[in-house]
Amino acid sequence: MTAASLDTTAKTSAERGALARARLLRGLLPALSLALVLLAIAWLNPRAISYFGFSLMLNLAIPIALATIAQMFVIAGNELDLSIGTFVGFVGCVTATWLKDAPLIGVVILLGSIGIYALLGALIHLRNLPSIVVTLGMSFVWQGLAILVLPKPGGKAPDWLLAIMSFKPPFIPFPIIAALLIGLVVHFGLMRTSYGVILRGSGGNPAALKRAGWSLLRTKIVLFALAGLFGVLSGMALIGITTSADANIGNGYTLLAIAGVILGGGEFVGGRVSPIGAVIGALTLALAASPLLTFMHIPPDWQVAANGAILIIVLAARVLISRKER
Amino acid sequence: MILVKSLAGKPWVWSFLGALLVWLATIAFTGGYGAGGMVTAALSLAVFTVIVGVGQMFVITLGPGNVDLSLPANIGLASAVAMKVMAGSDSMIVVGLLAALACGAAIGAVNYLLIWALRIPPIIATLSASFIIQSIDISYGRGLQIKPPPGFADFTNWQILGVPVLALLTVLFTIGAAIAMQRMIYGRSVLAIGQNIRAAWLAGVNVGRIRFLTYTLSGALGGIDGALLAGYFRGANVDIGNEYLLASIAVVVIGGTSVAGGKANVPGVWGAALFLVLLLTMLNTFGVSAGVRLLLTGLIIVGVITAAGGEKAVR
Repeated sequence: MTAASLDTTAKTSAERGALARARLLRGLLPALSLALVLLAIAWLNPRAISYFGFSLMLNLAIPIALATIAQMFVIAGNELDLSIGTFVGFVGCVTATWLKDAPLIGVVILLGSIGIYALLGALIHLRNLPSIVVTLGMSFVWQGLAILVLPKPGGKAPDWLLAIMSFKPPFIPFPIIAALLIGLVVHFGLMRTSYGVILRGSGGNPAALKRAGWSLLRTKIVLFALAGLFGVLSGMALIGITTSADANIGNGYTLLAIAGVILGGGEFVGGRVSPIGAVIGALTLALAASPLLTFMHIPPDWQVAANGAILIIVLAARVLISRKER
Repeated sequence: MILVKSLAGKPWVWSFLGALLVWLATIAFTGGYGAGGMVTAALSLAVFTVIVGVGQMFVITLGPGNVDLSLPANIGLASAVAMKVMAGSDSMIVVGLLAALACGAAIGAVNYLLIWALRIPPIIATLSASFIIQSIDISYGRGLQIKPPPGFADFTNWQILGVPVLALLTVLFTIGAAIAMQRMIYGRSVLAIGQNIRAAWLAGVNVGRIRFLTYTLSGALGGIDGALLAGYFRGANVDIGNEYLLASIAVVVIGGTSVAGGKANVPGVWGAALFLVLLLTMLNTFGVSAGVRLLLTGLIIVGVITAAGGEKAVR
């Protein structure tokens, strides 16, 4: 970010104006892609654009958005978490069993799992390990634990969780309100507080941050702990919607979450992430994967392809815009 | 002995040592029963991981961020293509294998096209490609009940004195891959790009062409793997390649190839694949439940990488 702003000072004001427009366009891209998907849906099936339609289409948007935010924290520190999906599944299994039958033990387990995430961050930093491999191994661990907690699909969500997730506010469907809230809270924390800048800086320029006296060990621990926290929230939200759990329930979330972050304008290196973009990216993916596509003449065989195609189209649009930025 | 000393210096020795330890632990548990059969079974299963592992290794060696996530979808589609082209007749085996190879290579080429044209990270390019391939596979392979030709099924299960022939051929293939990686201009270029892409470009390496070739190679190997899997397990299946996403990355890294790129290790892929297969056999022999098996597999992967991680700090 700082390097980019230095570049701009060296250019003429006309170039600066064009650059600012391109950057604005780039920032708006996630929102534009969401609008595009919405337009497509409205064109294919106008009745979907209603309170009920949105509630149905965005049914799973809250857990996907939370998992995407979790992945975003990891990506902000130049790492990648391949275990977030199975972690969400594990949390789901704990939520549907311990959290309902013995809330105190359930809370302890969930807090402990956030602690494990923090420890992983420390391990990756101290031993200079590739996060892809460590989290790959952890994905087996979480899945194994999930099967141990809940060998067969079943369990039941705690009543208070069901009550929260089935909340029906007037006019605006709950998933939209929740997504807005999640995006704004994380945006404030990561983009508008001083420690948020340090966290992003640990991905942008770790060497500079270290020379300035900040502990990279601590930033990595905080980023991973935040990923764990949002992973826990995602798993709980998921069970609040599906009402019961299954050890494999979250497996698809690993790749969805990565795609959501990138769709939302995040980049793999350099601490360049956007919480609001990530939430919008998650909403776009949730819409693209929604069961309503079945009613829109898109055969179920091609629903996964619709996801892939949306990713490719958005990224192609981004390339066109960043060519201008150069 | 000089041999022992020079062996100890090679990083791939450790993965074979791990495989040996796991094997010894298992036969100690069974009292020596089934020791040979276990090696045969491990060799036949490890083959499939080794083939995709080598492809993944070439891709990962290209440098940070390079990884092929489309392998599982690729394997699934190629297995369906191979079975459909062979259509259960022995005379079409070679054509079917070539079709699977071409299908995989085309997927690899499309992967690189996405990376190059959209300038997106390979992870996202191969991921979005895999979504589309998966859909094609579901639609193309729907209700596919074609059995492999008997000759092909026998070939994939053929053993001489307890040694699977497929494993022998794969050993020859990995020797070829090692020579290509360490002694040929193509492999040296891959290593150079992984160490410093800009320096490689300035030194006259055709970076675009080498990366294109590498993704195509990885795709082609995935395609062949799909055909062989369909032969070995007697039928194609959309989910046949699912476990090879994690497995292909895991064997590359456990085998001593640097995730940061520019440092490859071909023998290690074999050691790591045998290690993983034997580890599963051991846990099955011990009679642990599926949950404990996954848990221990994960902990061992994390443990191995933590133990080996110290050396990587140099880079």
